Amino acid sequence: MSVIFVLISASLLIAIGFLIAFIWSVKSGQYEDDYTPSVRILFDDEITNNNKEKTKKTND
Amino acid sequence: MSVLKSSAEKTCCYHCGENCNEEQITLAEKNFCCVGCKTVYEIINKNELCEYYDLTNNPGINQKRKIRAGKFDFLDDEKIINKLIHFKDETHQHITFYLPQMHCSSCIWILEHLHKINIGIIKSQVNFLKKEVTLIFDFNITSLKKVAETLTLIGYEPHISLKDVNSKNIKKYDTTKIIKIGVAGFCFGNIMMFSFPEYFSLEKLENPELKNWFNYLNLLLSLPVFFYSASEFFISGIKGLKQKFLNIDAPIALAVLITFSRSVYEIVSNTGSGYLDSMSGIVFFMLIGRYFQGLTYQSISFDRDYTSYFPLGVSILNTEGKENQISVADLKVGDRIKIHNDEIIPADSILFMGKATIDYSFVTGESIAVEKSIGEIIYAGGKQTSGAIELEVIKEVSQSYLTQLWDNKAFKEKKEIANNSFIHKISKYFTYILFLIAAISSIYWSLNDSSKIWSAITSVLIVACPCALLLSATFTNGNMIRILNKHKLYVKNANVIEQLANVDTIVFDKTGTITEQGKSEIIFQGYELTEEQSQLIRSIANQSNHPLSKSISSYLPFSKSLTIKNYKDLKGFGASGIINNKLIKIGSSEFVLNQKTESVNLGSRVYVRIDDEFLGCFIVKNSYRAGLEKIISDLEPNFELKILSGDNSTEKNYLRTVFGPNTEMLFNQKPEDKLNFIKHLQQKNKKVLMIGDGLNDAGALIQSDVGIAISDDTNNFSPACDAILSGKQFNLLDKLINYCKKEKSIIYASFILSVIYNFVGLFYAVQGDLQPVIAAILMPISSISIVLLTTGMSNFFERKLKHDKNHI
Repeated sequence: MSVIFVLISASLLIAIGFLIAFIWSVKSGQYEDDYTPSVRILFDDEITNNNKEKTKKTND
Repeated sequence: MSVLKSSAEKTCCYHCGENCNEEQITLAEKNFCCVGCKTVYEIINKNELCEYYDLTNNPGINQKRKIRAGKFDFLDDEKIINKLIHFKDETHQHITFYLPQMHCSSCIWILEHLHKINIGIIKSQVNFLKKEVTLIFDFNITSLKKVAETLTLIGYEPHISLKDVNSKNIKKYDTTKIIKIGVAGFCFGNIMMFSFPEYFSLEKLENPELKNWFNYLNLLLSLPVFFYSASEFFISGIKGLKQKFLNIDAPIALAVLITFSRSVYEIVSNTGSGYLDSMSGIVFFMLIGRYFQGLTYQSISFDRDYTSYFPLGVSILNTEGKENQISVADLKVGDRIKIHNDEIIPADSILFMGKATIDYSFVTGESIAVEKSIGEIIYAGGKQTSGAIELEVIKEVSQSYLTQLWDNKAFKEKKEIANNSFIHKISKYFTYILFLIAAISSIYWSLNDSSKIWSAITSVLIVACPCALLLSATFTNGNMIRILNKHKLYVKNANVIEQLANVDTIVFDKTGTITEQGKSEIIFQGYELTEEQSQLIRSIANQSNHPLSKSISSYLPFSKSLTIKNYKDLKGFGASGIINNKLIKIGSSEFVLNQKTESVNLGSRVYVRIDDEFLGCFIVKNSYRAGLEKIISDLEPNFELKILSGDNSTEKNYLRTVFGPNTEMLFNQKPEDKLNFIKHLQQKNKKVLMIGDGLNDAGALIQSDVGIAISDDTNNFSPACDAILSGKQFNLLDKLINYCKKEKSIIYASFILSVIYNFVGLFYAVQGDLQPVIAAILMPISSISIVLLTTGMSNFFERKLKHDKNHI
């Protein structure tokens, strides 16, 4: 039976870990702007000149 | 002519998407509407940023309005720099600019690639909803001024106003609310889980040690809920009691306190497991409700005063006539300043040199710009529209005629928000009834079984806490705010909805409110003009700087200006000149026809004569918002309507036909007069809704019970108010008010539902036999059903709003 005490303590500790992660994410400002990142992620990677030539060659 | 025009209309500018009407400017097979747009394209192309044009079609900002070189010279001033930046180390400075032009994903893209255009910029990050860009730049390579100029170069001129330095109140994103919710939710979930054994086996838990272990864990978990998350209820409740006012937070705090102390007592004395699950649950739900209600539209600011309208820098002239840039706040009496075209006059001053045509439409409500001659006083707030002028300051910025309005008492006292809501009134009665029930049950038990007195009293207070009322109010309001936002009425807080529902008098401003901003309607009355005639008239009108001639020249079809001989411009009368041996006269009837005609009420008239032939006259009048007549006739039976205009009374007769005979109309009203008029109405116990737009309405908007600012573009400046309504939605005004009236019935309905749940709980409570599991089941069920009912009902009433919209 005593194993349940250990398990419950462990589960609570893990849950507290998530709570701390949540508080950290709020404080670091991750929820400040919930729109711009959703647009930003859709931008293509920047094409440098080298890359451009490469893609041109492969297209040819 | 018409063929030419229609073909021209088909090509639109590659940069900004506007029609290329006047001349064709092309580059690399792309059409541009103006040189400015072409220049921006060239810069973007040169820096290999053409993806800008791939993300959105024609994403650019129209460049027809030219920005004067040297406009940002004031950003070289060390003092101003230090006030604007929010972080600085040895090499880097951090600055946040407000860019009202931001509108699409291309904007985000280009603004986050600024380092390609200006290598001094190290990092740029956009907050799209707030229309802000935060820049980190190396001030050894570039400077704040150059950064601002880089932004201006590609069409994003930063908006820097006096407010940016006057108050350092960068609104910090409030995280404590969210953390409080997170903590309460976490504890609630875990307490609920640890209570499961208790719920299912109902006190027959095999192992008493395990039961104790769960109880103490719950107690530990409830501490942060009680001391941290629920603290705002205690603080607000005590604050209310100190002012001898029983607000809704007081009984809630009492219920939380009693639940907590009884639970602690039960656990410590080992007589039960308490109601900690219910307690943390209601705290969690109530906090969510409050948060939901407080979600308002981020990018809109409701507390702007003149400082966010006034510019930050101004050109000051020293004794040798050299231009220097200083902060407007540092202007002193006697300073000589230079105001360029399209700039705002920052302080009351005397015109010293140049030709002043001041557009006061935003400040006083006069719809037509005023010409001023040298030596006349020019009041602060007007916008110069005809070239550069020199002025001598006669009053400091904060002492000016316009800005003095903000010294009025109305701006000092905040509207009492919390205390007059009907929610508090209901909660008061609710609390009294609750105490009555508790008293009756305690009397009953003291006669029958005195051991159950305390249990009965505490159970009653635990079960029937008015949290359900708070939940219904917050969720109803939160959802209604969201729906109103969707229909472009942005309210400052939930209280505005209730206030709007109580309104019985509506006061309209004229210019910019019931007329459309910056638009005037022109009609030509007379013979049909030939192409040649219209070219002649346009050439003369183009020469004159009078606002009326400007409207005429934009009204007539585009044609090349011809050379004029013997051009004369008589102030207050009109202009004349000889083109191709033809004498052209435009202006007042006195000037053109040598006779006075009776003054006509509708609009301003400009008469036209070529040689001896009288051709007719242009009528320039305000253009009223579409659907004005309908909305007024809809509002008239239910509200007392009034018009309060800063403009002259030329349009009185027309307004009379629209507004009906009972509407009080006042013209030539100063900002102070407007404020006092509202105050006067309120003294007669009227609930006043003021609808205005300009700085001259600022006082009236603050004084009124609800002040709505009309804005054709929510990025534009609008004075402090309770709500902002998009100009396009003006004709929905009565429907929006009616929608707000539904708020009360929705709250009542959901409250009745929660009372039913309360009765079930009370049934057990008065018997002194409230099982934790019953409390734990009742609490979430009642909360969730309330949330469903309120959101469902407010969405249902919204359908009516949409339905009506289709019919207009």
